[in-house]
Amino acid sequence: MTGTRAGELRIEGLRAEVAGREILHGIDLHVRSGEVHAVMGPNGSGKSTLSHVLMGKPGYTVTGGSVTLDGVELLSLPTWQRAQAGLFLAMQYPVEVPGVSVDDLLTEALAAAGRDVTVVHTEVAAEAERIGLATRLLDRPVNVDLSGGEKKRNETLQLAVLKPRFAVLDELDSGLDVDALRACARRVEAATTESDLGVLAITHYHRLLDELRPDVVHILVKGRIVATGGPELAAELERTGYAAWTDEEAEAQPEAPKARAIDPSMHPGAGGPGGMFGDPFADPLA
Amino acid sequence: MPTPPDAALASPAPAWLDERRRAVAARIGEPTLPSTDEEVWRYSRVADIDLDDWTPVDPGAVAGVPEEVHDLLAALPERAAVVVVRNGVVVHAEVAPAYESLGLFAGRLVDGPTGEEALGAVAGEGPDVFAALNDAHLADPVLVSVPAGVTVDRPVLVVDWVDAEGAAVYPRLVVRLGADAQADVLDWHGSADVAALVAPVIELDVAAAARLGYANVQVRGGRVWQVTSQLSRVERDGTLTSAQAGLGGEYARTRTDCRLVGRGATGTLQAVYFGTDSQTLDFRTFQQHAAPDTTSNLLFKGAVDDSSRSVYTGLIKVEKEARGTNAFQTNRNLKLSEHAWAESVPNLEIETNDVRCSHASTVGPIDEDQRFYLESRGVPTEVAERLVVAGFFAEVLEGLPVRDVAPLVELAIEQRLGRGID
Repeated sequence: MTGTRAGELRIEGLRAEVAGREILHGIDLHVRSGEVHAVMGPNGSGKSTLSHVLMGKPGYTVTGGSVTLDGVELLSLPTWQRAQAGLFLAMQYPVEVPGVSVDDLLTEALAAAGRDVTVVHTEVAAEAERIGLATRLLDRPVNVDLSGGEKKRNETLQLAVLKPRFAVLDELDSGLDVDALRACARRVEAATTESDLGVLAITHYHRLLDELRPDVVHILVKGRIVATGGPELAAELERTGYAAWTDEEAEAQPEAPKARAIDPSMHPGAGGPGGMFGDPFADPLA
Repeated sequence: MPTPPDAALASPAPAWLDERRRAVAARIGEPTLPSTDEEVWRYSRVADIDLDDWTPVDPGAVAGVPEEVHDLLAALPERAAVVVVRNGVVVHAEVAPAYESLGLFAGRLVDGPTGEEALGAVAGEGPDVFAALNDAHLADPVLVSVPAGVTVDRPVLVVDWVDAEGAAVYPRLVVRLGADAQADVLDWHGSADVAALVAPVIELDVAAAARLGYANVQVRGGRVWQVTSQLSRVERDGTLTSAQAGLGGEYARTRTDCRLVGRGATGTLQAVYFGTDSQTLDFRTFQQHAAPDTTSNLLFKGAVDDSSRSVYTGLIKVEKEARGTNAFQTNRNLKLSEHAWAESVPNLEIETNDVRCSHASTVGPIDEDQRFYLESRGVPTEVAERLVVAGFFAEVLEGLPVRDVAPLVELAIEQRLGRGID
């Protein structure tokens, strides 16, 4: 194991289980500031578990490994302190919070960090303009009655205002149209140069990576990183599918439980790439 | 044994009121409090109430507007009229001239238009012995009356203040809207830090096509025991929008009866409540549909913290002639501590087929996904919980019939939340 260093999100040997079943069997990922890493994998590979475990969502038990952000161990911190340490999670299914506006939310988050909250309203309005989120939607409670695309734009807006050091994007490309995808991806990409944001983009599909160009691509199958390469790896995956990886893994590993079955946030009908059936590369909006 | 009501009065009341009180006192005789074996008193703390512990107030000894009430009135400057009741006695009444000339009356019922007829017109003999005791002991009932066709576009404030240690207090408020009239009434129930037994009766009489908004904010001190009856009647095409905030009292019970007696009448009944320490907040609701095409919509939302308790039981009753009824009843409870306890029992009783009814009730902790979402943005846990709870109540507070009071209720809830969630 190499030592921690500044400007790095470092995941070492991360193991985690849900309800007594191990889902992540030892994940190693090193993302430096300004880099974009894609983690691609089929359904049930542990993608959402990885994003939830990084942020400390209740219901998951970490059984081994470490996650450091600029040298700070995150796994021993409560969720809100991980966020204050510089981690952001753009959720696959952003939660509706009745009665709480995005201004209220960001004001409390920045106040807890001792940052200037007088600029929140202006910054939210400016980012909404930049990301293409209608300003009338900003008066609504967070995510309430927003479309899939509006929710993802709203997640991106919060990322832009909070200016985290690293962002985990959990299926940012699910449940939104191509215009919204482009707007969100471009804003995130801009943050990688403007504020040196490091990105871990977790996705099932290639189309996010057409907009948000990764420096490194990892393939996650059944709770393990089975391959790491440059952007060409995503292109290869686009041609050959996951079959090569999953068949090989299926012989080596007992069947891992499907994340869909145990993840409470992935309720049916929530939108997003639905299926355990059919072509895993099919565009859900096609 | 309570003092006979006539002996308690120092200043002379009209003969009809004396006569009425005597008749009620004779009817109820030696009052017997109900038992928790009765369904409507199940889970209540009526067994802890002993009438002998409390002394009726001497109305002659009550005068002046308390300092705390001045502060409240200063916070609500936009008003058509204000009535201040202290320990059941009217100590101040004032109607803005512009509204007086429209015919608005707000003050002592004995001085008001058709006061004798108005008193008890909705309540009748009352639903229980506490309402009957109110009838027997009421010192100085309040009347708010709006003539037919008149719109009162600023709220009428009634401040019901209790500051007599050891007192039994029986406030009565009668609100009457004539046909096609419109008004909003804020009924503020506050107190000094005293031990008292308060049994208010509130009568809301909504004539044809009239529109009444009624907001009750109950922020009595922590040693007050209160048993309230809120009784309403809505005539043809009339609308009642009632909202309660139940925050104070050691034990505070409100029975809400909304009787829709005219075709097309609507009753919207909402409440927020928040229990802390050892409080018990107790709500019983009756949505009674007695005419066709009537609509009732009830939403009661509460939170219990520390070792507090809440009780909600509700009945939707649709009578045979009430075809085309829409009736909805929702009660949601947040349990913020492992020692807190909330009971929720919805019920339906339907005697016709042509109805649309639903009821729903939940008791549970703060939504974990909502809290996680806020925390994932860097909001500290206790702040996230405060936001989620405040958001839980927002749905009701945004619809308060007297808009100006929403910030005061939000503040009162925040103060309870600010004590910290376990």
